Parts: sequence; C-alpha cells; structure tokens
Amino acid sequence: MSAPVLEIADLSVRYRTPKGPAFAVDSIGFNLMPRERLGLVGESGSGKSTTVLALMRMIRPPGEISARHMRLEGRDVLALSTEELRRTRFARMSLVPQGAMSSLNPVLTIGAQFADLFAAHGQKSDTARIAKLLARVGLPAHVSSRFPHELSGGMKQRVCIALAIALTPAVILADEPTSALDVVVQKQVLATLGRVQQEIGAAIILIGHDMALMAHFVDRIGVMYAGRLVETGPVKSVFAAPKHPYTKMLIGALPSLTEKRAFQGIPGVPPSLTDRPPGCPFQTRCPAADARCRAEAPALRQVGAAHDAACHFAEAA
Amino acid sequence: MYLDYVIRRFSITLLVFVLAVSINFALPRLTPGDPVEQQLNQLISTSSGSIGDVKAIVESYRARFGLDQPVWRQYLDYWGMVLRLDLGFSLANYPERVGESIAAAMPWTLGLLGMATLLSFAVGTLMGGMLAWPRAPRWIGWFAAPFLVLSAIPYFLIGVVLLFVGAIVYRIFPAGGGFPFDMTPGFDGATILGIAWHATLPALSIILAQIGAWAIGMRGMIVSVLGEDYIMLAEAKGLSQRRIFLWYAVRNALLPQLTKLALTLGHLVSGAILVEVIFSYPGMGYRLYQAIQSKDFFVIQGIVLILSMSIALTMFILDLLYPLIDPRITNKRS
Ligand SMILES: Nc1ncnc2c1ncn2[C@@H]1O[C@H](COP(=O)(O)OP(=O)(O)OP(=O)(O)O)[C@@H](O)[C@H]1O
Ligand SMILES: [Mg+2]
Repeated sequence: MSAPVLEIADLSVRYRTPKGPAFAVDSIGFNLMPRERLGLVGESGSGKSTTVLALMRMIRPPGEISARHMRLEGRDVLALSTEELRRTRFARMSLVPQGAMSSLNPVLTIGAQFADLFAAHGQKSDTARIAKLLARVGLPAHVSSRFPHELSGGMKQRVCIALAIALTPAVILADEPTSALDVVVQKQVLATLGRVQQEIGAAIILIGHDMALMAHFVDRIGVMYAGRLVETGPVKSVFAAPKHPYTKMLIGALPSLTEKRAFQGIPGVPPSLTDRPPGCPFQTRCPAADARCRAEAPALRQVGAAHDAACHFAEAA
Repeated sequence: MYLDYVIRRFSITLLVFVLAVSINFALPRLTPGDPVEQQLNQLISTSSGSIGDVKAIVESYRARFGLDQPVWRQYLDYWGMVLRLDLGFSLANYPERVGESIAAAMPWTLGLLGMATLLSFAVGTLMGGMLAWPRAPRWIGWFAAPFLVLSAIPYFLIGVVLLFVGAIVYRIFPAGGGFPFDMTPGFDGATILGIAWHATLPALSIILAQIGAWAIGMRGMIVSVLGEDYIMLAEAKGLSQRRIFLWYAVRNALLPQLTKLALTLGHLVSGAILVEVIFSYPGMGYRLYQAIQSKDFFVIQGIVLILSMSIALTMFILDLLYPLIDPRITNKRS
C-alpha cells in the first residue's frame, strides 16, 4: 500500500477575537491516499473552508494555524519557507475556490491568468498548452482570449478547474465548486472535475452541502461540526450506518421521493466557537445527550472498518 | 463595438461643448448691469477730470463689441468667434487679444500644475496602495500619519508655509514669478534651470496638498479589493507578491482613482488659482485672478470657456482609456 499524499494531525485554526479565541477548526486529523476522493460536509460555519485554507496555509491574521503535523507528500507544509510555499501552491496542491464566479481577475483575459500561473512556476506557456487545458474541461480554445465577464458561471467554474489541474498537482482542494450553479450544470461540472482528477491521478478533497450529490462522487466522507471532525468513513458505510447523531440528522434531512413528509431541518444552532462549554459540542442539539456528554468531550475513535466517529454512544447506534 | 462606444462618448463631449459655449455666451448677458458702462463708470470715478460724453463712448464701445446687435445675431457671431478661436480683446489690456493672453499663460499652467498633479497622483496612488498591502516593506507605514495630515491641509496653506520657509526665512527659492526676470527665455540649460527653480515651491505645495488624498483614497480602494476572491486565488496560485499587488490589486483599484484624476486635471486651473496667486506664477490661474480683479470681462469668459472645454476633453480622453483599463466598460451603457 502506498503512502498517503496528505497526513494531517491535530490541525487547528484559531481566530483571535475580542471575545477570546474562536476555534474555527479544532484538532482535526485525517489521511488522504493518492487518487482518493474525500468529501467534507457540515453546515455553514462548521469550518470546511477554513480547513481548506489552512491546508494551503492561506489563513490571514487574526487567524493562526497550528498542527502536530501537516504533511504533503511527506513534506511538512508548516515548515516550508515563504518561497517554498509559493512554489508548492498549485504545483503540488491546488484549489478550486468557493466563489469561482468572482475568483478570476476581471481585468485579465483567461489566457493571461493561465500564463501568469505558468510564469510564477517557471514554466513556459503557449496557446496550445492553454487550449489543451481548456479542452479538457470542455471549453473551446477561444475562451482564452475572453475576459471573465464574458463567460457564464459554469464556464468560469470550468476555467477554475482547468487552472487547478494545469500543473498536475497531487491534491486538489475543491471548495463547493458547484454551489452557485443550477442543478444540471452542477452535475456536468462535477463530472468534469471527477474525470480530470482521474486523468491526472490527483487526490481530491471535495467540500459541499449536498449530501446526495456528495454520495455519488466521493469514496470517503468526513462530517464536520463546530470545527471538529465528528465522523469519517467510507461513503457506503456512513450512509448505511451513520454513527454520530449529527450525521444521522444530516442524512435524515435528505428529501425522499418514496415518502412524503414535512421538510425536516435540524433543530437548534451550533455552539459558539469562542465560549465553548465542556463536553460534546453537539450536546445542545442531541436527543441522546446525558450527563457524560455534558462533562466529557468524546474523542474520534474507530467504530467500524475505516469508520471513525466521535460520540459516546457510537457503538450503541 | 469599441467604435460605437467612441461615437457615443464623442457625441456627449460635443454636447458638453455646445452647452459650454452657450452658457458662456448667456451668463454675462443675464447678469444685471452693462459691463461696458460699469467699466467706464469705474474709470470715471477713479480718474480726475471729465472723460466726455459717457453715453457716446458707451455706444461706440457697444458697436465695436457687437453688443448693439440682436441677441440671436450676437449668438451666431459668438459661435463664429469661438470656432475661429478668436475670443475677442482684453478690456484691461486693450489691444491684447484674449487668445494670445491665454496662449501665453497656458504652457505655465500645464507644465507646472499638470506635472505636479501627475507626479503626486503616481506617487500617492502607489504608496497608498502599499499602505494597505500586508506584505509591503515596513517603512511604508511611517507615511500613514503624514498622508492623513496632508490630505486635510488646503493648498494655499501649504503654499504660504512653503513660501515663508523656503523663500523668506531661508531664501533658498525665489518668492514668485515663472522665471528670473533678468533673463530672456530661450531654449537652453540656464532657462530650464531657472524655470525649474521657480517652479519648485509651487510644485511642491501642489504635490504635498494632493499626495495625501491620493494615498488615502487608494489605501481604501486596496483594502476593499484585498477581500476579493480573485486576490485569494492569485495567492493560492503561487504568484509573486509583486505580480498580485500590481496586476490583481492595483489594476482593479485604479479605476475610481483615474476618474478622480480626470476631474482634478480638468479643474487644474480653478483648483490651483490660489497657488499661482501666492507665487505670482504666470499661469492661467493667476491670469484669471488678474482678470477678475480688473473686471476684464472677455478674458474671464475666454478662460472659463477654455476650462470647460478642457474638462470635457480630459473626460473624453479618459473615456477612451477606460476600456483598456477595465474591459467590462464597453459593455455597460452609462
Ligand atoms: N476573521 C475571522 N474572525 C473570526 N472568526 C472567523 C473569521 N473567519 C472565519 N471565522 C469563523 O470560522 C468559522 C468557519 O468558517 P468557514 O468559512 O470555514 O465555514 P464553512 O464551513 O466553509 O461554511 P460555508 O458552508 O458557509 O462555506 C465560522 O464560524 C466563521 O465565523
Ligand atoms: Mg465555506
């Protein structure tokens, strides 16, 4: 078995706020194997984007990253110098940003935005190379001479994907790459992303809200809640036998065709990131919470084959 | 598409031109009192002895300047004059022509004020941008407070202080004029040096008066651009800080600054009259000041006309440049 491309242990991101430190990401850890597809789900504000930005070491002050280790292809990302880090970005680990609509520089042509990526990494860029990349994501070559405002949302998203695979990185971080698109285009873009990811042999971390869309795409899924990874496992096993009550609720909230019922949300709100009570972060919304949950935070531990969950009652479920 | 845009912009410029000429024609005729009579009355009251039959003199003046014709006739004549670039005579320095008077003053204003404005724009914008840039060198930060203070001090105050310190207390620079008055201007090193010498203090007061505002404005623009997703992606792509700063941040933040620059250049003369007056600099501002003092009607009219035309023209030139700076512009109808 080959070594993981990404090994993360105890990654935390703290924002210093007037009310004390806010733990946007709280000691999460996972490994990513070559070519593996990992999905990260969780409600808004659970720290998904922050995790991705931390992996790119792009957290801006007043945010601070810390980790026991954060290795990309065996090299500790946190130990890289500014220049090494710059050279690593997009070459070894690339990003498809959350706001692809607004992630392209409005005053440069698409071609120029490929060219400066190549230039920054000391590579030659030519029209043929750019045309080839555009073709891979299903765009005609003339897109290269267009400005971002002349493209549709789906096209911009594809451009961002083409940029992300341009230097054949080992890891692609895709932060809700399809959230601003309509359902049909969403599926097409996701299919494109999956195809090029396989072609270049990269691993991918896909972030999304849509559990159903996610289930079709990823091999493994991680559920985040209030900055913590509360459950992770093979997508089949998590969907068939979710161990954490939050995961159960997420899956239970999925609309079903066979059975018509009132739309079910998850009652309550996530806890404050600054003022963290002792015990399990999910206790306030958990139907099964008892005295132990209020006193002691459950650690992530193995509950099945490659399946981990952070709940005192995981085995009982 | 660009041609469409140019034609649209040009017709607007043309409209502004027609309006400017018309208003310039109408305004003095709408103000109460007769300039010729006023001028003469003033002459009479200040000079001893009688001048003769005032009425007859007024009539002859009115005939000479065409003021006895019907209004539509005067209007057409005025257009004829404007198109021939003939702006009439100076009342105060008759028979000097207004056109000549403006032509003599124009290069001074363009040279001094234009250069000083462009210089402070370039330096102020760049430094203001760096003030907002997290990875900028540390020494940039020292300028933040001075820029803020400078942006709040009006031109003339800086001018007066510089004049006092640089020309009166220390006598390093001349106290006024455009060039040494014992010198016949020629195209040689001595002339250029003399001109630069005389321009230093007024130029410095304009640069200091404007640079703060440029820097503060640009700092605000960059701060808001910094939060944009395209800056984030540029950083993720591993671009150099320099590339991100100049081509991603500054390029996108520049547009409002350029609009301000066009307006400043257009208002060059009116904005800097005080500086020219303080330093008795022989430019359009000083000429306008003299004309107003001596109620030199046609000179005022001529300068105002040139001013409005220059504003329209700079706006037009800028409109042509906009699409090159921001490709989204031609598509929007404004
Ligand atoms: N500068 C900051 N200061 C304080 N807190 C911050 C700052 N930036 C982000 N946060 C907090 O970090 C938390 C995680 O945000 P993040 O963007 O990672 O959520 P997300 O899971 O990506 O949500 P979404 O699904 O809406 O994109 C949020 O609660 C947010 O309030
Ligand atoms: Mg997010």
